[in-house]
Amino acid sequence: ALALKAAAMGVPFLPTRTGGGSDIVKNEAAFRPLSCPFSAEQLTAVKAVVPHVAILHVQRADAFGNAHLWGNLGVAVEAAYAAERVILTCEEVVEREVIVSDPNRTLIPGILVDAVVLEPLGAHPSPVQGFWRRDDEQFLRYHDASRRREGFVAWLKEWVTDLSDQEAYRTKLGEKLVKELRVDAKQLPRGEVNYGF
Amino acid sequence: MPESFSTREIMIAAAAREIGDGEVVFVGMRLPLVAFAVAKALHAPFAVGVFENGVLRDRSALSPIVTMSDPPNISDALVCTGLIEVMSLLQRGRVDLGFIGGAEIDRFGNLNTTLAQQVRLPGSGGAADIASFARRTVIMMTHEKRRFQEKVSYLTSPGHGTGSGWRQIVGLPGGGPSKVVTSLGVFGFTESGEMILESLHSGVTHDEVQAHTGWPLRSAPSVTETFPPSPRELALIRRFDTLG
Repeated sequence: ALALKAAAMGVPFLPTRTGGGSDIVKNEAAFRPLSCPFSAEQLTAVKAVVPHVAILHVQRADAFGNAHLWGNLGVAVEAAYAAERVILTCEEVVEREVIVSDPNRTLIPGILVDAVVLEPLGAHPSPVQGFWRRDDEQFLRYHDASRRREGFVAWLKEWVTDLSDQEAYRTKLGEKLVKELRVDAKQLPRGEVNYGF
Repeated sequence: MPESFSTREIMIAAAAREIGDGEVVFVGMRLPLVAFAVAKALHAPFAVGVFENGVLRDRSALSPIVTMSDPPNISDALVCTGLIEVMSLLQRGRVDLGFIGGAEIDRFGNLNTTLAQQVRLPGSGGAADIASFARRTVIMMTHEKRRFQEKVSYLTSPGHGTGSGWRQIVGLPGGGPSKVVTSLGVFGFTESGEMILESLHSGVTHDEVQAHTGWPLRSAPSVTETFPPSPRELALIRRFDTLG
């Protein structure tokens, strides 16, 4: 995460206190011991990582790639800021009005984005908050299959290379499962955000 | 006649009891997810859970979950932010208790999740940060001889290092491990940072624990039986534990 954050900030590394006493930092090119230039405390420098491309699935984006995302963020935002190129896949392509209705939720600005792909269910078997549940069974199957190389290769053939496109993937999952995974329209109470001036 | 329970269930109950009311708890995957839900429902209604995926919660997940990123653990959250922000909370010293586990543990509570018996393992995955910065940690382990080694072959997440004073010397602000909850018993640590047996799960003998431990194990002055899960604890564990 810090490696992506460093790249996102355009600096060659970021310091952390993690690493003291651990073997992780010893034989790893991405970590170096660092003495604080102000206090001389011992820290660890984490080298920046610049991905060639980040492919991120978001709830909604406009045609320019200004994206609203919420829920489980992990390192998605840092990755978008760090990568040389960004491809967004999304549940919905929306008008500018939807994006500017809540600019604090525009966690990825369109100026960073190279392509927007409309691909509902594009994060399967992972969940997408407000759209799709987690497909626990599929994760378990993949977990079992990928214990051995042959299993992984077979899984790759069955679920990736043998399928021509996302439509074929969805057909293979079956309408019943897709329906089960879809989040109902029921809404939790929500506080409105007022951007008036 | 008390209700029968599994090893997994007594481990979850023991872990839940370590969570104090009002504490900020860094909740790991699997057993700790359930332990947090049980503690919230019983004795720690004001505990706040911090999850590595960027979630802060003051209530347990809305329905049983397999991972911390399942939608019922996001819905009703207090805060949804990123990994950097929750790791910053840890590094800043805002987390009271963190749960971690590992493939190997040693006499001083150091953990290896990187390399064991020539097999490359998943690595730290955040555990090294939790081990470094939480005010105290509780370690959860299956108790087997190959996992309980005199000295870990690779130190991923620091415990008490080589004994008292070590954490200060290497610059670790957190307090290190306070308990180890295993499939056989519950362990604490001495002033000098060495693991000691505190309680045995019902039916487990001291000899059995020693046989599964790769160093001469020390015991607390009085070793008790781990308090069995109460009917309320059991009911809650069975409600929240989807993989049990």
